[in-house]
Amino acid sequence: MWKDQKKFDCIVVGGGPAGSTFARVAAEGGLSVLLLEKDRDIGVPVRCGEAVSDAGLRIFHEPNPRWIASTINRIKLVAPNETVVEFDLHQKGYILDRRIFDYDLAEFASAAGAQIVTKAYIDGLIIEDDKVVGVRGTHVGERFEKRAKIVVGADGVESRVGRWAGLNTTVKLKDMECGIQKTVTGIDVNEHMFDFYLSRKWAPGGYLWVFPKGKHKANIGLAISGYYAKDGKAAHKFLDEFMAWKYPNASVLTTVVGGVPVAKTVKQMVMDGLMLIGDAARTVNPVTGGGIIPGMRSGLLAAETAVKSLNNGGPTRKNLTPYEKAWHKIGGKNHERFYRIKETIFRFTDDDLNRIADGIANVPEDGRSLLKLFTIAASKKPSLLIDVARVFTGI
Amino acid sequence: MIEIAENKCDFCGCCVGVCPVNCIEVMEADIRIEHEICIDCDICVYVCPIEVLSQTDSKKSSSAAA
Ligand SMILES: Cc1cc2nc3c(=O)[nH]c(=O)nc-3n(C[C@H](O)[C@H](O)[C@H](O)COP(=O)(O)OP(=O)(O)OC[C@H]3O[C@@H](n4cnc5c(N)ncnc54)[C@H](O)[C@@H]3O)c2cc1C
Ligand code: SF4
Ligand code: SF4
Repeated sequence: MWKDQKKFDCIVVGGGPAGSTFARVAAEGGLSVLLLEKDRDIGVPVRCGEAVSDAGLRIFHEPNPRWIASTINRIKLVAPNETVVEFDLHQKGYILDRRIFDYDLAEFASAAGAQIVTKAYIDGLIIEDDKVVGVRGTHVGERFEKRAKIVVGADGVESRVGRWAGLNTTVKLKDMECGIQKTVTGIDVNEHMFDFYLSRKWAPGGYLWVFPKGKHKANIGLAISGYYAKDGKAAHKFLDEFMAWKYPNASVLTTVVGGVPVAKTVKQMVMDGLMLIGDAARTVNPVTGGGIIPGMRSGLLAAETAVKSLNNGGPTRKNLTPYEKAWHKIGGKNHERFYRIKETIFRFTDDDLNRIADGIANVPEDGRSLLKLFTIAASKKPSLLIDVARVFTGI
Repeated sequence: MIEIAENKCDFCGCCVGVCPVNCIEVMEADIRIEHEICIDCDICVYVCPIEVLSQTDSKKSSSAAA
């Protein structure tokens, strides 16, 4: 029983995909793991469009049909002038049901031996001799303190764990995408297609998505860059206008809001006794805003390093640094390229976007791809073409 | 001062992520701002997707908008 146990190898703050993946892999590696989640329910509310690629998911798990609301193989882009361009995705994507997916990830962690506690809110760290040695919080109204060799900040976009330890994880205004999403029914959608609407009028500095969850249900949401949010029109107004125009008779089942940090990954991801993973470490892909798979990847890499460090020398910054290095080697370089691409495309005007849509519309359908699209998009800034080529072809 | 329209908040934490002095706390169904630490930069006001936060000091907001 976690209440009677004073000390753990690892305490994970946050039960999203990153935290649950870390907890599973660390427990499989023989560590004692306590995962603390502030909400009453793992995975709820779902502040997410729920899109992942098949290839990304398969790094971790065989896709389970229970997790999948729709299988996607085509993509549709709508330009500001309402030019529509469609093409094949050349790979499979899914719209998940994250209520089930996140639950299962936590169950896998529990089956591996991790203890999972909900309604446990962390509001501070125990720091001794500049080392993080535990956490403080409240569980159903009762104060508690727990000690651990490694505390893992998996506490999402709202992460404070790193900041309490003195790491700078603040997201710049221009690097925060301010999102809102409605899960709606009573509409007709192509259940195998991602729809993206690109325009300053729909979602300045971001995009609007329609992600199907069947033939008559979809996640419809948008995110606008903080850079444009500063102009005073909040995200919800953009979505209300779009819904009134495109889907006036939709029934809204859920509305959620949320921030997507499209920032560079934090420079320092570890210190003595502390690791940051997932949104807390700013691992989201800055172009797509996809953070599920990068978060899980960082959780996996961090847990592998945690296991090694505790078997060999202890959780010093030096011994935890291999995680930082592994992240930069596997995901980090592409992450920085994506960040550079995002820095250019989030300033595109509607004229730029119309020009890009025309460019891709002029390519015969079997020649269209994301690589082609981004190559056209980057043509205004040739130095970006190398980044585009590298991230889409894996060079 | 930053004012919170509490019954509007969705507790998403977007504002927490951008606050330069880490003075916003969002719990499962509660939000608090430590006003003594707040530097009235208004960044949280801009990012909130549903306009929960506002700056009550009108001189301050008009100078920030300028
Ligand atoms: C509107 C929107 C749409 C998105 N669409 C997509 C998409 O289609 N595809 C995609 O891949 N990604 C998408 N993302 C991003 C994706 O949701 C995140 O990147 C992903 O959830 C990150 O996982 P995580 O485990 O790092 O953090 P989270 O899933 O955010 O989990 C963090 C957990 O920590 C808990 N927590 C926070 N503070 C504390 C505390 N002090 N004590 C205890 N617990 C705490 C939180 O309650 C939360 O459960 C979207 C995001 C938004 C906002
Ligand atoms: S950004 Fe807005 S909705 Fe989200 S927690 Fe802050 S005040 Fe609440
Ligand atoms: S005004 Fe600035 S300092 Fe004050 S709470 Fe908002 S973001 Fe933080």
